[in-house]
Amino acid sequence: MADLRTDFLGISSPNPFWLASAPPTDKEYNVRRAFEAGWGGVVWKTLGAEGPPVVNVNGPRYGVIYGADRRVLGINNIELITDRPLETNLEEMARVKADYPDRALIASIMVPCDEASWKAILPRVAETGCDGIELNFGCPHGMSERGMGAAVGQVPEYIEMVTRWCKQYYDRPVIVKLTPNITDIRHPARAARNGGADAVSLINTVSSITSVNLDDFSPEPSIDGKGSHGGYCGPAVKPIALNMVAEIARDPETHGLPISGIGGVTTWRDAAEFMVLGAGNVQVCTAAMTYGFRVVEEMKRGLSQWMDEKGYTATSDFIGKAVPNVTDWQYLNLNFVAKARIDQDSCIKCGRCYAACEDTSHQAIWMHEDRVFEVNDAECVACNLCVDVCPVENCITMERLAPGTVDARTGKVVVEEYGNWTQHPNNPSAQAAE
Amino acid sequence: MSQGSMAPGIAAGRLDSATLAENFQDLHPPYAPHEAAVAADRCYFCYDAPCVTACPTDIDIPLFIRQISTGQPEAAAQTIFEQNILGGMCARVCPTETLCEEACVREAAEGKPVEIGRLQRFATDTLMARDVHPFTRAAPTRKRVAVVGAGPAGLACAHRLAMLGHDVVIHEGRDKAGGLNEFGIAAYKSTNNFAASEVDWLMQIGGITMKTGVRLGDGLALASLQQEFDAVFLSVGLAGVNALRADGDDKDGVGDAVDFIADLRQADDLTTLPVGRDVVVIGGGMTAIDAAVQSRLLGAENVTVAYRRSRARMGASRFEQDLAASKGVKLMFNVQPVAVHGNGAAREVELAYTVEDGDGALTPTGETVRIKADQVWRAIGQTLQGSPDGLDIDGGKIAVSEAGRTSLHGVWAGGDCASGGDDLTVTAVAEGRDAAMDIHARLTNTG
Ligand SMILES: Cc1cc2nc3c(=O)[nH]c(=O)nc-3n(C[C@H](O)[C@H](O)[C@H](O)COP(=O)(O)OP(=O)(O)OC[C@H]3O[C@@H](n4cnc5c(N)ncnc54)[C@H](O)[C@@H]3O)c2cc1C
Ligand SMILES: Cc1cc2nc3c(=O)[nH]c(=O)nc-3n(C[C@H](O)[C@H](O)[C@H](O)COP(=O)(O)O)c2cc1C
Ligand code: SF4
Repeated sequence: MADLRTDFLGISSPNPFWLASAPPTDKEYNVRRAFEAGWGGVVWKTLGAEGPPVVNVNGPRYGVIYGADRRVLGINNIELITDRPLETNLEEMARVKADYPDRALIASIMVPCDEASWKAILPRVAETGCDGIELNFGCPHGMSERGMGAAVGQVPEYIEMVTRWCKQYYDRPVIVKLTPNITDIRHPARAARNGGADAVSLINTVSSITSVNLDDFSPEPSIDGKGSHGGYCGPAVKPIALNMVAEIARDPETHGLPISGIGGVTTWRDAAEFMVLGAGNVQVCTAAMTYGFRVVEEMKRGLSQWMDEKGYTATSDFIGKAVPNVTDWQYLNLNFVAKARIDQDSCIKCGRCYAACEDTSHQAIWMHEDRVFEVNDAECVACNLCVDVCPVENCITMERLAPGTVDARTGKVVVEEYGNWTQHPNNPSAQAAE
Repeated sequence: MSQGSMAPGIAAGRLDSATLAENFQDLHPPYAPHEAAVAADRCYFCYDAPCVTACPTDIDIPLFIRQISTGQPEAAAQTIFEQNILGGMCARVCPTETLCEEACVREAAEGKPVEIGRLQRFATDTLMARDVHPFTRAAPTRKRVAVVGAGPAGLACAHRLAMLGHDVVIHEGRDKAGGLNEFGIAAYKSTNNFAASEVDWLMQIGGITMKTGVRLGDGLALASLQQEFDAVFLSVGLAGVNALRADGDDKDGVGDAVDFIADLRQADDLTTLPVGRDVVVIGGGMTAIDAAVQSRLLGAENVTVAYRRSRARMGASRFEQDLAASKGVKLMFNVQPVAVHGNGAAREVELAYTVEDGDGALTPTGETVRIKADQVWRAIGQTLQGSPDGLDIDGGKIAVSEAGRTSLHGVWAGGDCASGGDDLTVTAVAEGRDAAMDIHARLTNTG
C-alpha cells in the first residue's frame, strides 16, 4: 500500500483528500465523522463576519443534472456561507483540531472587502489552531451581489489587495480560492501570487441554471415560482476545472504556485488527474454529498493501488507529471497522422460510428452488406468521433500511420519529423524551420 | 380444501385459489417508471436498427425507447400504435427472443438485449390506462368493407380501414371477439382480461361494427359479402386441428390442447377447471408448451411434452422450452405416440423412439416407452377449416400476394389462414394492416 501522506504548504495530512468548504464541513458533528471516515483534511464551511449570520432560503436550494439511472452528474446550489454564528464555528473548530492534530483543518473566510473586516476576523481564526485559511473569492450567488465572493474573485486587483492583508495579519498559509466565472483564470491566479498567496484552490462553482420547470416556467430549484442562478459542481464541471488547474500550472508567472484541485473529484482517478496536472491535493464536495463520507475509502485505495502499479512511493512522485505535456494547439505535431480502425470481432454492429461519421463528420465509414462497418482511409481525418460514440471499449481505435506510408486522404507520404502550425506553409506567419 | 397434485385422475381444484392466482400472474411483470427509464437508457439508438428489421410490424423501436427515456411514454405508445395497433398485446405475447430482442446488438454484445417487449408494454399500458384513443378517422369514404374473423389480423385490418375513413363490419363466428388473443394465448401472458379491454379500446376509433356469432360458411356466404361490400378481408385463422394417428386416440382424457387452453382462458374460477395428475402433451410448438405449462400451474403432478423430433427442430423457442422446464415440465425429444392405453379412459401413452435423417424423415428405432397419462393433449398443429370455395390454396392456406390479395378479385386474406409469414400475433397484425392499405388503395383508386 503506497504512502498517501501529503505535505501541502507544510500542512501534513494522511492523504490528499480534503473535503471542500461546503455543507459536509458545516459543523463539528460532520467534521468529526468525516475524519473518522478517513478524510485527510477539511476546509471548514465559509465563515462570515461577526454579527447576525446570513440566512438561507427555506425552500429547495439544489438543482440536479442526471445521467443514466439517476446518476448525479452535476448539482447546482443557491446556498450561502455558514448561517451559524461565528463564535459557534470557531469554538467547534478549536475542539476538532485539538482532537485531530494529524488532520488538516483550514478555515474558509469571506468578509467584506475592507481591511478592518479582515483584520478583525484573522486573529480569532488563528486562535482556533487551524492550519491555514482559504479566502472564498468564488461563491457566484447571493454573496457576490453583496460585493463578496465572486465579486472579489472577478477583479484581480481586489484579490491581490485582500491576499496582502491576510498575509499581513495572519502567519499561517493563505490559500486563495478562485472562481471559474471569469474569462482567463491566469489573471486572478497571478493576482493571488502577487499578493503573496501560498497557494490557490480551484474551482468554486460555475454560474448555472440546471433546468426549468415547464409547468410553472420557473428555473429549478424553484422558490415560490421563482428561481435564481446557482453554482454548478460535481462530475460535470471536472473538465472545466482540469483545464483551469493546468493553465495555472503551466503559466510561467504562476508555475510552481501550489494548487489545491477542486471540481468534480469523484474517484481516485479524478484525483490522480488533478494531481498530475499540478494539484498538490484535491478537495471534494459533491461526491461526498452524493454518496456520503465513505466514498473517500475508494479514493484512498484506488490512488494507492495505482501508485503501487506505477511504482510511485510518494504523491510527490507524480504531482505535476503531466504539466509539460499540456501545450498550445499551435505546437501539436501536424505530422502525426492516424486512421480509425474497427475491430470486426468486437463490433456489435450498432452503426453508431456510421451515423456519426456519415451525418456529422467526414463520410469515412462504409456500411457494407450485413452491417459490416469499415473505415475508408481516403476520407478519414482521424477526428476520433467514432471512437467516442462507439459503445464497445477498444472496438474502434486510432492507428498511427508509420512514417513512409502514404496517407490515402492527402496522398502525401507521412514524415517522421515533428512539424507544427508555426512552421506550416499555410500559416502566413510561419517561420521557416531552421 | 384443495385436492393437491396427487389426487388421482382428472380433478378440479388441485390448488387453492391464492396459489392459482400467484401461478397465473404476469409472466413478465410490468415495469415501474424508474425501471423503464433504466431499461430505456440501455438502448444505443442504432443506425438502421436491426430490431426494427426484425419486427414484423416495423415499429420504430429506437425512437419509441428514446421517447420513454425523455419522459413521454404516451408519445412512445403513439409511435408504436402507428405501426401496430395491437402493440399492447404484442408487447405481452411476442416471442421477442426470436424477433426484435434477438436482433438487438446488446444481445450480440452481452447476451442481454434491451428488453424491448417490456418497454413496449410500459409505453402502451401508460397510454391505454388513460382510456383515450390516439387516432381519429379520416373523412368518410362511404366504402364498406367486410372483415371475417375478429382475431389480431381482422382487428388490425378493421382499425386501419376505419382510420382511413371506410366503414367496416366484422363478422365473427364466436360470441366474443379477439380470436386467439382471447381464446389461445397463455393466461399468464394476457392477465386482467387484457384481450377484451384491448378490443374495446381499439373499437373506440369508431366506424367498426362487430357482429359476433356470425359464421362464414354457416348461413353466411362469401358471395353475399362480396355483393354487399366493396371489399372482403378473410382472417379466420386456423380453426381445425390435426388428428393424432395413434391407437386409442378416442379414449376419455384425450383432447385438443387448443380447447383446453380456450376453456382455461374463459374460466371465471380456475379452481373449477379439471386437470390430470399425469398430463402428456403431444407436439413441439407454442401451443404444446402453453398447454403443458398451464397444466403444471393448475397443479398436475407430472407433465411431459413429447415431441417427435430433436430439440433443435422444436417450434417453441429456447426461451419457451426453458420456461417449461423451470415450471417442472419434462421435455422428451425424438418420441412419437403409437397408442393411448386404458380401459375407456386414458391411463398411459406409449411412445416410440425415432431417429431423424437429414431430410427430416423419421424412422422408429424399435424401442418404445410407456408413461402414465390420464390426460393427453394433442398440440400437433392447426389447419385451415371451412375456407370458402373458389380460393386458391397454397400449402394448406389461402394463397395470397404480398399485399394479401387472394385469387378472387375484391377478396383479401391475412393472418394464420393466409399463406406466408409465421403464425404469430404480430405477423397477423402486420398482414391485416398491410391488406388494409392495399384495400384502401384499391377503393380509392390510388393503387
Ligand atoms: C395456444 C396458442 C398459443 C399461442 N401463443 C402465441 C404467443 O404467445 N405469441 C404469438 O405471437 N402467437 C401465439 N400464437 C399464435 C397466434 O395466436 C396466432 O398467430 C394469431 O392469433 C393469428 O391471428 P388471426 O387473426 O390470423 O387468427 P385467430 O386469432 O385465430 O382469429 C381468427 C378468428 O376468426 C374466427 N373465425 C374462424 N372461422 C370463422 C368463420 N368461418 N366465420 C367467422 N369467424 C371465424 C375465429 O373465431 C377467430 O376469432 C398462439 C397460438 C395458439 C393456438
Ligand atoms: C451546497 C454547496 C455549498 C457550498 N458552499 C461553499 C462555501 O461556503 N464556501 C466555498 O468556498 N465553497 C462552497 N461551495 C463550493 C465547493 O466547496 C466546491 O468548490 C465546489 O462544489 C466544487 O467541488 P465539487 O465538484 O467536488 O463539488 C459549495 C458547494 C455546494 C454544493
Ligand atoms: S475518426 Fe472521424 S473521420 Fe475517421 S472514421 Fe472516425 S468519425 Fe470518421
